[in-house]
Amino acid sequence: MASAATSEVLRFDDVNLHFDGTPALDHVSFAMNSGETRVVFGAAGAGKTVLLKTALGLVRPDAGHITLFGEDITRLKESAMYGLRSKVGILFQEGGLFDSLTIAENVAYPLVNQQARGNGRGPEWEEEVDAKVQESLNFVELGNTLEKYPSELSGGMRRRVGIARAIVTGPPLVLYDSPTAGLDPITANLIVHLLIKERDTQGIAAILVTHRYQDGHLMANFRYNPDSGRIEPAREAEGPGGVRTKFFVMNEGRLVFQGSEAELRASQDPYVRKFVK
Amino acid sequence: MLDYFIPWIETFQEFLFLAARAFRNIFRGPHYVDDILIQMDVIGVGSLPIVVLIGFFSGIIMGLQMGRALTTYGAQGQIGQIVSISLVREFGPVLTALLVAGRNASGIASEIGSMKVTEQIDAMRALGTDPIQKLVTPRLIATMFVLPLLTIIADFIGMFGGALIAFGLLNITWSEFWNNGWRALIYQDLFQGLIKPFLFAIIISLVGCLYGMRTSGGTQGVGRATTQAVVVSSIWIFVITAFIDPLFFT
Repeated sequence: MASAATSEVLRFDDVNLHFDGTPALDHVSFAMNSGETRVVFGAAGAGKTVLLKTALGLVRPDAGHITLFGEDITRLKESAMYGLRSKVGILFQEGGLFDSLTIAENVAYPLVNQQARGNGRGPEWEEEVDAKVQESLNFVELGNTLEKYPSELSGGMRRRVGIARAIVTGPPLVLYDSPTAGLDPITANLIVHLLIKERDTQGIAAILVTHRYQDGHLMANFRYNPDSGRIEPAREAEGPGGVRTKFFVMNEGRLVFQGSEAELRASQDPYVRKFVK
Repeated sequence: MLDYFIPWIETFQEFLFLAARAFRNIFRGPHYVDDILIQMDVIGVGSLPIVVLIGFFSGIIMGLQMGRALTTYGAQGQIGQIVSISLVREFGPVLTALLVAGRNASGIASEIGSMKVTEQIDAMRALGTDPIQKLVTPRLIATMFVLPLLTIIADFIGMFGGALIAFGLLNITWSEFWNNGWRALIYQDLFQGLIKPFLFAIIISLVGCLYGMRTSGGTQGVGRATTQAVVVSSIWIFVITAFIDPLFFT
C-alpha cells in the first residue's frame, strides 16, 4: 500500500489511441507517484504531446485505462473532468497563453476559474489572487511584466509565464510540453533550473517532454539548494534526482524505453541512442 | 455519391451538438456575464454604424424604385405601405443579418480559430473551463439579444430613408407616408420581422463558433474557417427565410 507521501498520481494501463488509422499511442503503460519525474524523449510525431493531452483527458483513448489521482478518467464526462484538471498544471508547447489577456490576468486565470466554479469570493479574495500571481511571476523571474501582453514578450519569457500559470495553484502534478524547444541554451537552462526549483520546493510530480538530453540530465542529477538559492549537483544519497527521475523514449506511439539515466545510456537500441548525447 | 454528403451530414451533426450544449449552458453555471456584455458591445454597438448606413440607403433605394413604379399607376400614395411592409417583413431582417454575418460570423470564427491553432482552447479546457460555456454561449446570448434590436433600428432608419424620397420626389407628406406605413403593418408582420433575426442570430453565432472550433492548419486554416463561416451563415439566412415566409404567406 502506497503511503500518502508516495501516492500514485497517474497510471496508464495499455492505452491505445489512433488518429485516422495511425497509432498515436500504442499499448502505453506506466505509473508514477507523487514527487517523481518522467522525462519523455521522442522524434516529432512520436506521441509525446498526445501522451500529455491524454493524461489530462483532453484526448480520449480508444482502449485502455487512465487513472488520475486514483480516479479512472477514461470515460469520465468532460464536465466531471474540470475538478480533476484543476489539480494538474500544464505548459503547452506553444505556451497556450491567452493573447487578449495581460500577463497578470493569464497567470490569475486558473485561480479566478476555480473561484468561478463555485468556491465563492471572500472580501480579501482579489488581494489573495494578486499576491499569488505576483509570487508565481517572481518565481519565474518575471515579476515586472504584470501589465504586459504575451505578444510583448519573447518566446522564452512566454514559456516562463506559462510555467507561472501552470504552478500558480500549487498543483501536485505538472506536465511540461517541450518547455525548451527552440530556445537559446541560456534561456533553456534557465527554464530547466526553474523546473528543478519548482520540483524541489513544492515536491510536485512532473512529466517533462523534451528533445534535449541535457534537460533530462539536469532534472535527474541536480537539485535546488534553498540555502544558496542555486542549482547544484545532487549527491546519490540525497536525490531528489536520480532515483525519482525516469526516462521514457517514444517511437510511433510506443514506449520503447523506460528506465533510469544509467539504463538509458547503456541502451544498445539505435533509436534510443539517438537521444543520448 | 453518398461519400460526398457524409462531411455535410457530419458538419450538421456537429452543429446540432454544439447548439444543444450552448443552449444547455444558458441554464447552467458558471455564467460569464462580463463576456456576454463584451460581446453585446462588439456585435451590437460595433455593427450599429454599418446597419444604420445600409438601412438608410436601402430605404432610399426602395423609395426610388417603388416610387417610380407606383407613379406609373398614379399610386405613389401607397409608397409608405410598400416600403414599411418590405422592410419590416423581409429586407430589414435579411440585410441586417447578412451584414452581421459578414462582420461577426467572420470575427467569431477567426477569433476562436486563432485560439484553437495556438492551443488556447486546449489551455482553457486544461485549466478547467468549458470553452463552450466561456466562448460560445456568451456569443449566442449576445447575438440573440442584439440582432433583433439592430433589425428594429434598420427598419426604422430604412423607413426614414424611404420617407425622404417620398417627401422630396413624390410630393407625399410626412404624415401621409408614416400613417400609410404604420397602418399597413399587422401583428403578423411584426412577429415575422422579429422571429427571423432571432433565428438568424442563432445561425450566425453558432456557425461562426463551429467553424472556429473546427479550425486546423495554422493561419491558413483560420482564413478558411472565416470564409466558410460567412458563406455558410449567409446561405442559411436565405434558407431559413425561404422556410419561414410560407408560414406567414396567408
